[in-house]
Amino acid sequence: MRQTLAALLLAGLLAAVAPPAGVVAQAEQPTDDEVNAIAKGLYCPVCENVPLDVCPTLACKQWRDTIREKLALGWDQAQIEQYFVEQYGDRVLAAPPARGLNWAVYLIPPAVFLLGGAVLVGAMRAWRRPPAVSRVGQDPAAEDPYLERLEDELRARG
Amino acid sequence: MIEEIGYSALVLAFGMALYGAGAAAFGAKRERPELVESARRAMLLSWPLISVAALAIIALLVSGRYDVEYVAKVTSSTMPPYLKVTALWGGQEGSLVFWSWLMAAFASAAGLRRWDRDRDLLPWVIVVTMITLAFFLSLVIFVENPFRRLWLDPVGNTVTAFLRPAGARPLIPADGQGLNPLLRHPGMIIHPPMLYLGFVSFVIPYAFAIAALVARRTDDRWIRVTRRWTLVAWLFLSLGLLLGGRWAYDVLGWGGYWGWDPVEIAAFMPFLSGTAFLHSVMVQEKKGMLKHWNVLLIILTYVLVIFGTFLTRSGVLSSVHAFAQSAIGPMFFAFIGITSIVSVRLLLDRWGTLRGENQLNSLISRESLFLLNNFLFIIILAVCFLGVIFPLVSELFTGQTVTVGPEWYERITGPLFAGLLLLMGVAPLSAYGSSSWRLLGRQLWVPGSVSLLVPAGLLLAGVGNWAAVLGFWLAGLVALVTLYEFWRGALARHRRHGESMPVALVRLAGRNRRRYGGYIIHLGVVLMATGIIGIELFQTETQGTLARGEQLNLGSHVLVFQGLTQFNTPDGREVSRAELSVYKDGRLVGQLFPRQDFYIAANQPMTIPGVRSTLEEDLYVLLVGWEPIAQQGATFKVFHNPLVNFVWLGGFVFILGTLVAAWPDRETAPLRRSVQAAAWVSGD
Repeated sequence: MRQTLAALLLAGLLAAVAPPAGVVAQAEQPTDDEVNAIAKGLYCPVCENVPLDVCPTLACKQWRDTIREKLALGWDQAQIEQYFVEQYGDRVLAAPPARGLNWAVYLIPPAVFLLGGAVLVGAMRAWRRPPAVSRVGQDPAAEDPYLERLEDELRARG
Repeated sequence: MIEEIGYSALVLAFGMALYGAGAAAFGAKRERPELVESARRAMLLSWPLISVAALAIIALLVSGRYDVEYVAKVTSSTMPPYLKVTALWGGQEGSLVFWSWLMAAFASAAGLRRWDRDRDLLPWVIVVTMITLAFFLSLVIFVENPFRRLWLDPVGNTVTAFLRPAGARPLIPADGQGLNPLLRHPGMIIHPPMLYLGFVSFVIPYAFAIAALVARRTDDRWIRVTRRWTLVAWLFLSLGLLLGGRWAYDVLGWGGYWGWDPVEIAAFMPFLSGTAFLHSVMVQEKKGMLKHWNVLLIILTYVLVIFGTFLTRSGVLSSVHAFAQSAIGPMFFAFIGITSIVSVRLLLDRWGTLRGENQLNSLISRESLFLLNNFLFIIILAVCFLGVIFPLVSELFTGQTVTVGPEWYERITGPLFAGLLLLMGVAPLSAYGSSSWRLLGRQLWVPGSVSLLVPAGLLLAGVGNWAAVLGFWLAGLVALVTLYEFWRGALARHRRHGESMPVALVRLAGRNRRRYGGYIIHLGVVLMATGIIGIELFQTETQGTLARGEQLNLGSHVLVFQGLTQFNTPDGREVSRAELSVYKDGRLVGQLFPRQDFYIAANQPMTIPGVRSTLEEDLYVLLVGWEPIAQQGATFKVFHNPLVNFVWLGGFVFILGTLVAAWPDRETAPLRRSVQAAAWVSGD
């Protein structure tokens, strides 16, 4: 009887400390949304330009299953991405990792913007001359210049 | 017999194109107008000849001549007749013939115009269009012959050849493979012709620009003559892009309409340069400035048109669009290189004669803001180009292929598009020539102040996404400024002429279709921007596997899985179709039937979403997988796409505006008749 009571007590204690079995299973089984959150940023080498989360091929389904397995093992997003990079190369990532030649995709756009901006400013300065007469400054009470301009254009077109 | 007729017609058209280009150039150089006229007639003949070839292909497609390789590749006996006809552009060879046919049609249309005032341009327009046509015809004659037949050689191997190889006997398959299932959507049936029309029409302004350079014409005549060609090209390109987006949304099953795929971008790049061109030509017409820049822009647009076709057709970039792969890449590459070098060399030769006739008077004048607009378009274009070619460059230099995905494009181009929206809100209020901050401020303060209600309302409603608040504010500003312009213009007419406001509005737009058509286009862009912000920043999604009767929740929507049925169709599909009941805020609002079609002959699945569409949102459901035996459980991916329908609505308004802007101006006809020698005054 004492043994039975002790066993029941121990079972009760364990039940109080440990989470229910169902909850454990739930925590170990990542949801589709958790899998897709990572799959969204990955591309398989075959289905280029189709993100893994929406790719309908069997190969991509297997990749998603792999993500699910890794998540169940407690891996985080960076670890899972690194795993796929080691297996298949940088092309699985949605954007080139910032190293080596890949820096070009991050540096060229701002460089082009700055260079183009400098050319634009230079060209505008070169083409600019001081305004001959400022109509607004000369006669603030003149007729609305917008209406004048509109009517001029309409008149010119017959 | 049909094959021989079709191929002979292509060869003859190729000969006509070569003769036309040669005779026109020789006639111009030696000042022999009869040779130029002969070249013009050769140009006019090319279209009926290619029509014969295109009709021959259609006849083969419709009659199921599976001994012809192209027919066996793109049709099958289960396809309906209309799809067999549209299979003309469903594959590599046919689409190149179709491209050539459109090119010849546009060249002929240009050849039929009145050339009284532009005799010096005619020979060089013929040269450019006929060289372009000859290039495309050479691809189909020498590399991608659509009339090649299937043969069995003496050892039993299948070979393809136009003429019977020695000892071979004809191979006649019982059925064809059928058109790629992805291409059987109505949007995709119309999408390629629209894109091709857009591409081909841009050849005409380019031809006139080159002709003006060769003929040393420094005026803006080439721009005025090709104004409508350019707008028509832009219209078709826009339609092509819109239909492509709709096709992707309906068929590709990724929950969006634009994936920054390299081939999408290939069609987008000439649109960007073409849009910049449409704005900058107005500065040349008004102020006689930007002459070099406009020629450079149209050269760039032409090169991007050929580059776009190259990417689509050569298979150099593997993507969802690049169905066809062939050996024509080097030919395209050489053609792009040669035309670019020759065009730029010609421009540099004429550089000194193309000096601007005016100067910038103000940094906030209309022409300055158009320059800024061009700058942003070209930066976006450069970003797109970099994104498309970088994977190739990386592979070439490091052996490592990389992916340049949507996030990269969106992060970089997002602020640039926002800058364009800001310019759209400000530029219509600025004046050509002299302008000042004070004057601009006077024009802007009313719509600018009212537009602040948009971010205020959003912040009060709890929208915390700063990018969305900024985007909606800019969209609101553009809408208000545009409507303000309509209202002020109509009010001016009402006051001056005593017209009622509706009449004044219609007459105002009718008197300056390009400007007010342009404003309608701006309103279309506002609507599209609203949709893009909605789906890009507020899209939500979930996925789950459901047993029959179970439910999946997404926001205020609940989907209950009712069951899955599987059946075969007469056109060779195995269809798996799920049924879901959709509840919103606890109320049943409809049923959805997402499905997967498996095309047996093509061995290809296709995911067709079930979509519940309202103006404010789309509920977009994909059948991802299912239990094939019990049919008791299925996996669904559900997207909630807020405001996405504003993209399509905006597209419609955008096209409407382009039609208004491109519509022939009735008022210019009597002017032209009565004042033959005078400068042609029309447009903005």
